[in-house]
Amino acid sequence: MTIVGHRPRVAVVVFPGTWSERDFIHVAADVLDWEPYPVWHLEERLGACDAAVLPGGFAHGDHLRTGAIARFSPIMRSVEAFAATGGPVIGSCNGFQVLTEAGMLPGALLRNDHLEFRCDWQWLRVEHPASAPAWLGDLADGEPIRLPISHGEGRYVADAETLDELEAAGRVVLRYADADGAVRDEANPNGSERGIAGITNAAGNVLGLMPHPERAAEPEVGGTDGLRLFRSLERWLQGRPAAAERRL
Amino acid sequence: MRWLAEVHVSLRPGIADPEGQTIGSALRSLGYETVAEVRSGKLLRIAFEADDPGAAETTVGEMCRRLLANPVMETASWELRADEQQDAEEAVPS
Repeated sequence: MTIVGHRPRVAVVVFPGTWSERDFIHVAADVLDWEPYPVWHLEERLGACDAAVLPGGFAHGDHLRTGAIARFSPIMRSVEAFAATGGPVIGSCNGFQVLTEAGMLPGALLRNDHLEFRCDWQWLRVEHPASAPAWLGDLADGEPIRLPISHGEGRYVADAETLDELEAAGRVVLRYADADGAVRDEANPNGSERGIAGITNAAGNVLGLMPHPERAAEPEVGGTDGLRLFRSLERWLQGRPAAAERRL
Repeated sequence: MRWLAEVHVSLRPGIADPEGQTIGSALRSLGYETVAEVRSGKLLRIAFEADDPGAAETTVGEMCRRLLANPVMETASWELRADEQQDAEEAVPS
């Protein structure tokens, strides 16, 4: 494999009310030595990036529904175009909600079944990491990882047919679990259907997940499992032309 | 002319509604023991301009489809009426 020695350029989309962009940018710049840059939602182009991030927060105040208004921000057309060409996109927490509202991922995220906001460390079971190689390539099928969750609206719902299709295609890639990776109702923090915490699109380049990998990238904050998603992306980008060499 | 739409957005049948369940429990605890179910939703009152009833109906349907309800988990219904009072006010120069 040819290793192209460029620093990944990552566009971090910022809507009014987004709050996790600084954590993503900090991890990308200071922990990984990448070149992250914020992109305001009114921009029409992501720029020459290797990957795009839709961070957590409360885009447009979460009014009407989470992500419902953000999907109409001008930048979303560029995010969709980037994803359509195979560009890696990750939407975490509110970013996941935006991806479902935008129709880039199936299903929807509703109020947690207990109606409480949950901010805690959460064990997850990784499934079918090969379905989302850009983001989960370094992880093993069935292994438990530990990431923070922080949401009031994380209950993943879709009709039974959609859920069956996602599972059959190996597109459910993260489920709420206990520390040994067992998926149990007791480990489900929000009432998500079938314990679903993260899914990917059919092509495998778009990952939506409720947990926050950017909040688990340094030992000082209690865990580094999130860093493994970003290391996966680094490895996946090796051998691919740098963003600046592609026509975007 | 001016129209008023009252749009009701509610969760599809079968989608769990913990807010409705909690309200139902509260009602039962107040002594309304016959309450079998509560489903929560949103009410949106929208004032807008359209040339005729057909255009107004089409516009509300489009608003619901594009933004107001997410068909994955919600349904929308609406009542539409001409806002005659508003039209009368605009007809009289002040």
